[in-house]
Order: sequence, then C-alpha cells, then structure tokens
Amino acid sequence: MNIHEYQAKGLFAQYDVKTLRGIVASNSTEAAEACKELGGKIWVVKAQVHAGGRGKGGGIILCRSPDEVYEAAGKLIGSRLITPQTTAEGVEVRKIYVEEGCNISRELYLGIVLDRERDLPVIMASTEGGVEIEEVANKNPEKILKVHIDPITGLGDWQARKIAFGLGLKGNQIKHCAKFMKSLYHLFVNLDCSIVEINPLVVSSDDEIIALDAKINFDSSGLFRHNEIEELRDVSEEEPLETRANKVGLNYIKLNGEIGCMVNGAGLAMATMDIIKLHGGEPANFLDVGGGADSKQVAEGFKVILSDPEVKAIFVNIFGGIMRCDFIAEGIITAAKEINMAVPLIVRLAGTNVELGKQMLSESGLNLISADNMNDGAIKAINSIGGKA
Amino acid sequence: MSIWLDSNSKIVVQGITGKNGQFHTEQMLDYGTKVIGGVTPGKGGQETQGLPIWNTMSEASDAGANVSCIFVPPPFAADAIMEAADSGIELIVAITEGIPALDMVKVKKYIENIDTRLIGPNCPGIITPGKSKVGIMPGHIHRRGDVGIISRSGTLTYEAVNQVTEIGLGQSTCVGIGGDPVNGTNFIDCLEAFEKDNNTKSIIMIGEIGGNAEETASEYVKEFVSKPVVGFIAGRTAPPGKRMGHAGAIISGGKGTAKAKMNAMERAGIHVSENPSELGKRLEEIL
Repeated sequence: MNIHEYQAKGLFAQYDVKTLRGIVASNSTEAAEACKELGGKIWVVKAQVHAGGRGKGGGIILCRSPDEVYEAAGKLIGSRLITPQTTAEGVEVRKIYVEEGCNISRELYLGIVLDRERDLPVIMASTEGGVEIEEVANKNPEKILKVHIDPITGLGDWQARKIAFGLGLKGNQIKHCAKFMKSLYHLFVNLDCSIVEINPLVVSSDDEIIALDAKINFDSSGLFRHNEIEELRDVSEEEPLETRANKVGLNYIKLNGEIGCMVNGAGLAMATMDIIKLHGGEPANFLDVGGGADSKQVAEGFKVILSDPEVKAIFVNIFGGIMRCDFIAEGIITAAKEINMAVPLIVRLAGTNVELGKQMLSESGLNLISADNMNDGAIKAINSIGGKA
Repeated sequence: MSIWLDSNSKIVVQGITGKNGQFHTEQMLDYGTKVIGGVTPGKGGQETQGLPIWNTMSEASDAGANVSCIFVPPPFAADAIMEAADSGIELIVAITEGIPALDMVKVKKYIENIDTRLIGPNCPGIITPGKSKVGIMPGHIHRRGDVGIISRSGTLTYEAVNQVTEIGLGQSTCVGIGGDPVNGTNFIDCLEAFEKDNNTKSIIMIGEIGGNAEETASEYVKEFVSKPVVGFIAGRTAPPGKRMGHAGAIISGGKGTAKAKMNAMERAGIHVSENPSELGKRLEEIL
C-alpha cells in the first residue's frame, strides 16, 4: 500500500526523521494561506499523487511569493499529471503540499528495502541524489552503498557511520546522518514497511540532514497491526474496481484487454492471462478468487468483471483444491440470476468436486461454453469474440 | 525414495482446532498421512478427530512428531514456526498466507543455525504420492512416479501434477515453496535434493515474476543438475508495479520479469514451455 508524500512526512515527524515544514492544501486559497503560515521567502508546491517522477512531469514548482504559490496550486489541482511512472493519461492531482524552502549543499539518495536475496533489510545510499536510482544501479553500481541489517540487533551505530563516511559527509553531518538513519530504520521496522525511499536526501548549508522527498510503501500483510496506516489509504488513487473487489476479499487487477478471467490461485491466474495472450487474445484482468471464497464472493467477482465495459467474454478457469468446483458453479448460477450475462461465458472446471460442479451448471440451463482444459478454454474464449486463436 | 517426506514421517498440526486446521487434518488422515496430534495452546489434554491436543510443541516432539504442518493465523504464525524449530522438528511446513515479511525475516535469522527445514509460508505444502501428504493439495490428482515438481504457486502446481498424471507418469515428491518474498526452502534446495534422489528422473520447475530466485536456480541447474528439467514462468502479461496476488509476485524497477527468467532458464538448458497447459507434453517430448 502506498501513501502520499505529505502523509509519509507526517510519519517521519513522529519518528524524529527530519523534514521541512509543510502544509497540505486542496485549493489555491488554502495554498496561499499555507505559505503565509510557514513564513520565509521561498516555497515549493508539490503535487500529491501516488507516482514518482513528479519533478519531470512538472508536478513540483518553486515559488517566490504567495501569489506564485496561489497560481501554482491552481495550475496543479484538478489537472492530470503525467510522469515517467504514470500511464499516458496521467493521474488527477487532488491535493498539493506547500513546503518551506531550504539551502541545499548536497543531494543524496537513501532507501531501505527488503533484500529478497539475503532475506534481510538493506540500507542503500548514494551520492547520486535526485536522479533515478535504477539508472545509477545500472550504470554505476559501485556508487550505491549497501548495508544489510540484522533484524535481531537492528542498525548499529557503526553501520550508520559507515554509510555516512561512505557518502563523504564531514563533521557534524556524520552525527546527524547516523541519527537520521537510525530513526528511519526504526520507522521501517515498526510500521512494517516494504520500501522507504528518500530521493533526494539533502545536506543543508548548516549541516542538517533533511528528507526533501518521502516515499513509503507498506507490506499489506503487516497492515492488520497498523490501523493508523490503513486510515491513510487514499482510495481515489486506486482503481475503483480493484477497491470494490478487495472489499469482498477478492484479488483483482484491471488490465486493458477484452477477456475477463476468474481463476483460483495467483499462479494459475497469471498463467491464464499468459495463455490467452499466447493465443492472440488480451486478458481484461487478473482475478484470484482464492481458496476460501464462497458462492457470494464468486458472484461479486462476476459483477466486478462485468463492470469493466471492455469485457467481451469471461473465462472461468478453476482447478479445485481447497476451492470446490460446486461453490464456483453455485456462484456462477447466483450471479447469472442477478445480472445480465450478456457476454459468452467459457468455463473450465477441474479438481475437487468437479462432477458435481459440472452437473449443477448443466442443470441450470445457463448458456455457457464448457472447456476441457485451460488451453481449450483460452482458445474458445478468443474465438467466442470473433478472434482467431 | 522421495525427498524430505515419506511414510515414516510423523506429523503434528499446529493450529489443529481452527477451521482450516480441522478440515485439512481430516484430508491428510484420509490420504494416509501419519498425523499423530495437534497443538493449540490452552487446549492441551483435549482430543480432536481421535487425536491428542498438546499445549506446546515440545510435548508434540516428545510424543514422536518430526514434521509440523502450520495453519496458525498470520499474527501468530511466525511464533509458531520458531516454536516448531526450537522443539527439534525436522521439517516445518507453513501453509499460512499473509505473514508480515519482517516477521519472516526474524524467523529466517532464528532458524539459521538450527538443523530444521522450513517449507513456505503461503504454500500448498509437500506431498510424496501414495505415502504422505502434508498440506492442502488435492491428494487424488497425484500418482506415484519419478517426476519431481517444484513451484511457487499452489493451483498451478496442481495443473502440472495433473498433466504429468495424464501422460501416464507420476510424481516422486511435489514441493510448493510458496509465493512470499521471504520463504524457507528455495528452488535450489529442492533441485539439489531431487538431483540426489534416485527415484526422481526428471524435474518440473514452475516459477513466477518477482525477485530473482528463478535466475539463481537456473545457474544452479546449469552447473549441478544432470536430470532433465522442464520450466515455466507465470506472469508474462503482468504489468510492472502491480502485485499479482502473491506478495512476492511483482515486477519492480525493471527486475523480476518473466522474460528475463525464461531467458535464464533457457541459457541453463532448461526446457521452457511457453504454454502452461503443455508442461506434460514438453516433458514427454524430452524423455
């Protein structure tokens, strides 16, 4: 789960991770008032969207007067911001963050992520702040310092110092940087983060270490113990159909094709999308109904798939393990009663209670195309909408 | 022969009184698995399905259990794994989905110096057909044979198992290593064990997008595995930055793509199938 920069900075403040003062605003008047409250002579107006590369997309504007702040906020709010990380349509800006200015002497990069190769959190730091870290990793991997952290002992002072010296910091900067990193690691662990990234991390002219940007991504498996984080969720940044499916415990991701998919298990769901593509079709979604879904959830899944106007056919691919084929059949029948299944429905059932499931479907009188295996199902789905598989 | 699990394995179910624990204990017993009891703290001394319940894993271990199957809910699952490891259990199979990644980081560190094997979490478990099943896979699709199967996904494993059974072959052991970013047993551990196992003649390896476990496993195959390997990677059509169900299945920063993984497999001499419904066929062709 992602949150906005202003929310991340709120959490930083709670953990004593140094940031600049700022105020969030949802219109120009609020923005102009915010800069008066903050004081100073220079402000930065930043679009609050869940996408990186905002600077390149024109989402970060430097202002030298409250009038400029007013104007910048007006320009951003309500506009669609297109960055290297968004789609071509961009994302709508609903809020902006007005932040005080700062005298920057150096720009650095700092991130904490879970290193899947070592199964340990790793701090990554680089002197190449402000640029895409992937680019640095590809071109100059030696410019990224890495320190792995033992989860039992936590981040040691010596490790924090090692990074600080490695970044070429001097004098008081060392002490400030070490403290900054220890606070940040504390936040990473306490809040079950999967990524905390600060790009750029700046050294100010008075030797302070300050997070100029803040990106946090949370491990969704850890959210059950952080209600305060769940409250930060901005559903307007999420695909409405995905939010709706998630509410009933279904894992749905919207894609851009025409063939809706309903599958049990994440791996099989991906493989089903792949096989549709392999035969020349385009999947409309990823949908994993999981192992414990009941017929109501299955019916809701159908409604979600059919809410996507691009869907021209639905391919149900179930290999029953824990999920029983009769539950799926019941869900299909329930859904068909409640909504108009105006598109071809291709059903492949295998595994637990397959005979019962097939029998229920054939007795229901529903108009569906049954498939012998997933290959057959994918081909029939593509052919049903006039494609050639 | 088989790997890690056979008819002598004695299983304790952690979380045996929960809904999933109960259902799958019954399924395992039906399959012929030697489940000797369960652990639910506070319910020690009671019985379920004719089996004793203990309060602690030490009691289960004292009673002879050497394999544990965990259905404990996510908030308590990491603790359950460490309890099992501490009690001297040889094989821990964690079925639980949704354990926080940082909990698993601690678990991995804790079991590092203990002589135990962890499979999962978030996995279907392990089965040696005809002998023992520890997990949630449908037993009836399996058949005794000499194909070893390793996979990060549950239902996709069933698909592979079914295809192997349909071409008239069977499985030596099938291991679901799980879809989480931090897990116990990895592809290489399984490949090493299958290579050594006399009854395994070929291997099917099913990976998915995210991380680089498939890439390192491919390098291992090139160097150390003499048996034929058929491979598949799920998620060729997955867009970057979107988590495809499994916590570990995400393409981030241009890494972990299906294409890179398939290329790595091919370079290692693994017979990659582009079509997930042709794993059996591909295996038949090369044997």
